Formats: sequence, C-alpha cells, structure tokens
Amino acid sequence: MNKVVKDASEAIKGMESGQTLMLGGFGLCGIPENTIKALVASELKDLTCISNNAGVDNFGLGALLRKHQIKKMVSSYVGENKEFERQMLSGELEVDLVPQGTLAERIRAGGAGIPAFYVPAGYGTEVGEGKESREFNGKMHLLEHALTADFAVIKAWKGDAMGNLIFRETANNFNQPMAMAGKITIAEVEELVPAGELDPNQIHTPGVFVQRIFQGVDYEKRIEFETVRE
Amino acid sequence: MSLDKNGIAKRIAQELQDGYYVNLGIGIPTLVANYVPDGMDVVLQSENGLLGIGPFPEKGKADADLINAGKQTVTTIAGSSFFDSSLSFAMIRGGHIDLTVLGAFEVTDKGDISSWKIPGKMVKGMGGAMDLVAAAKNIIVATTHTDRNGNPKLKAACSLPLTGVNCVKKIVSDLAVIEITEKGFKLLERAPGVSVEEIVEKTGAPLVIDGEIPEMQI
Repeated sequence: MNKVVKDASEAIKGMESGQTLMLGGFGLCGIPENTIKALVASELKDLTCISNNAGVDNFGLGALLRKHQIKKMVSSYVGENKEFERQMLSGELEVDLVPQGTLAERIRAGGAGIPAFYVPAGYGTEVGEGKESREFNGKMHLLEHALTADFAVIKAWKGDAMGNLIFRETANNFNQPMAMAGKITIAEVEELVPAGELDPNQIHTPGVFVQRIFQGVDYEKRIEFETVRE
Repeated sequence: MSLDKNGIAKRIAQELQDGYYVNLGIGIPTLVANYVPDGMDVVLQSENGLLGIGPFPEKGKADADLINAGKQTVTTIAGSSFFDSSLSFAMIRGGHIDLTVLGAFEVTDKGDISSWKIPGKMVKGMGGAMDLVAAAKNIIVATTHTDRNGNPKLKAACSLPLTGVNCVKKIVSDLAVIEITEKGFKLLERAPGVSVEEIVEKTGAPLVIDGEIPEMQI
C-alpha cells in the first residue's frame, strides 16, 4: 500500500474552506512546516484549527492567522502571538480554550471511537460551564466530547511508504493522537523510506491511521526560547 | 526577612521525597530543580512529553526537538523517556505524578486557585494547569504572599477566574509555609525573622495558629 504523495501542495488536495483541521506540534516543536506553508499559499479560508498553540507572529499557524484564513482556534495556550491576541480581542477570531490534557484526550478519543468521557480538569471553573458533571469516587468530573477533523496534519521524524511513523524526542506531542483523529491524515516526515526499512518494534503510529505521506523539505525547526547552561 | 524566589524554591525542595515524580510549573517552581537534595532520586516530568528533564544544553548544543513545557531547550538524563501528549496527561490524570508545584495569582483557604486568566488583560490559555491541579496527588503553590500592590494573594475567595477548586494542599510564600486544612489556612512555619503578626496582617483570610510557629530551616 503506497501512500506517498509528491509534496505539501499535493497532500492538501481536496481540502475546502470552512473545514476543520488538526495541526500537530507544541509551540514550534514538531509542527508540520511544509503543509502550513502550502496552506498559507492556498486560498483556503474560514478554517477551524485544532492545535495546542497558535505559532508565533510570523511562523507556524501565526502565518495563517495573519492572512485571516482561520475562523476559529481550539487550543490550550495561545501566548507568544500578538496578532492572535488582537484578532481574539476584536472578535475577528473565535477561540475555544481547552485544558491541555483534556484537549489531547478529546483528540485521542476521537481517533479511538470513544464519543465522550469524564475528566476532573476544569470542574468548578468556567471550562465546566454548561457541561454535564458527575461524581466518581468522591470527586467531580466533567463530560468532555471527542474531537475529529476533516484533515489531521502532522509531522514525524521518519515514515515509510505505508504511513508507519516514528517521532523524535518531544516533537511527538500532539502529532501522535492527531494522526488517529483525521478523516484524512497527512504526515510530513524528515526522512521517508520504503516499506520494510523501519523496525516494526519502533513504530509509534501504525500506517492504518495515515492516508497521505510525503518527504518534507527545508525544515527550519525554529526554537522559541533557546536556553543554555550558564 | 522575606525570602527571595530562590529561598522559596529551597524551602519547597524540602518537600521532595526519594522516588518522587514531580511536575514543576513555569517561574519559581522551575527553580526547585536546582535544590534537589544530594543523593535524592527525583524525576521531573514535562507535560509536553518528557520524563526525566535534564539541565539546559551547553552552548551550541540546543536541539529544537527537545524542549520543556515552557518551550525552553533542555536535555535528557540517563533513563529519560519521551511520549505523546495524551499519554503525558494520562500520567498526570492517572495519579502517577507525586507532586505538582505551580505559581498562582490567588489561593483560597479552601484550596481553590486562580492562575491563568486576568479578564481584559491576559488571556493566554490555561495550558496544562487545570489538568495538573485537578489530578495531582499533592499540589504546592509557590508564590509571593502579596501582589505588587501589597494586596493579599491568600484569601477567602478568588476574584479571578479559577484554575481549580479544593486542590491546593500547601503554600510556600516569601513569608510563610501554610497548609490548607478543613479549618482553613494553618500556619506551619515563618520565614527567618518574619513575625506571626506580619503574616496574619498580610493574609486575606483567618489563620489557624497552634502554639509556637517555628522559623523555616533553609
């Protein structure tokens, strides 16, 4: 089974304005740089983007925000982005802030066929407003619903033609659960190899979750806060 | 003398126990890592997917794929592991993390905490804070006793949006160590040279004071 496509612009074929996308990464770590660039170059708009963060002003999802292609963001932390803040405060951008662990689990559940589940995070706070709550083992929990997307866009370290993926270090983050939750999952990888070259013992994401895969190019891998030993 | 932020971190480090898995928040909590007692085995968790946080990298050796939850470049230790965000929060939610240390805008005598949002001023999102406070077995807040204008941060009710309810167990401030009990704030220790009267005056809710209150040993 060969899922290889040529590049990011071929990978996003069939994407339409108004659709829901998931985009992997934590801050700028492990973001699908190639596909984000292809989205910025496209005329797609009114997108709902589910992503832990919103990039920085001129890189990552920040570039999509600047072009006003995003209608709604579902995220846990959106600091480090002034344009985001401006659009949110002016009402141009709809924002749904979700506790990080709840966000990750809603995505995993979406991919795993679990429509909803209970978690304690957010109970008694504004996150719990309007949500069903229930006590388990003496503790209050909120009912949270699964998330899925028309397209999940993720980045892995290595991948093979069948869509099997291996992530590197903390660049895994939201990429692995998101791979499961896209109706179509696009994986861009730093190193694309023929099927059979990756050790099956080391696969993080089995190929069944991935529909399109391509060899990424020109990775910048920007660092948000480079900190070194004194 | 009130403690500086390193003093607060040093006092919190005394709460660590051998074998603990610990999540440290951004700011003063991060400094606790510098004061882990010699010979004590403590593993630090970073919710973006790293168990076993090492020191910052040497100059020129930063790796864009290896960051902590504050998005700073870090390193691993012998025995580190990497994992995805859902597994990371399974660790937290499942009660496998022994201690969480985080900062706060306000803490109440019932253990409620506000730490993530100042309406109209700062709306950056809660990140992992709500998951951490709702699930960790033990939560210690590291904070100054009062805000920049001298108003108490320890009070009877939070005025800012909540991060979690009934969750904080202990507060280590620049003035005192305070436990949250069924009777409210209980004063355990005072910073060297700080009087009980000063602590009472700067706390926004009643304090339970049982007998002589010892000075912190740091």
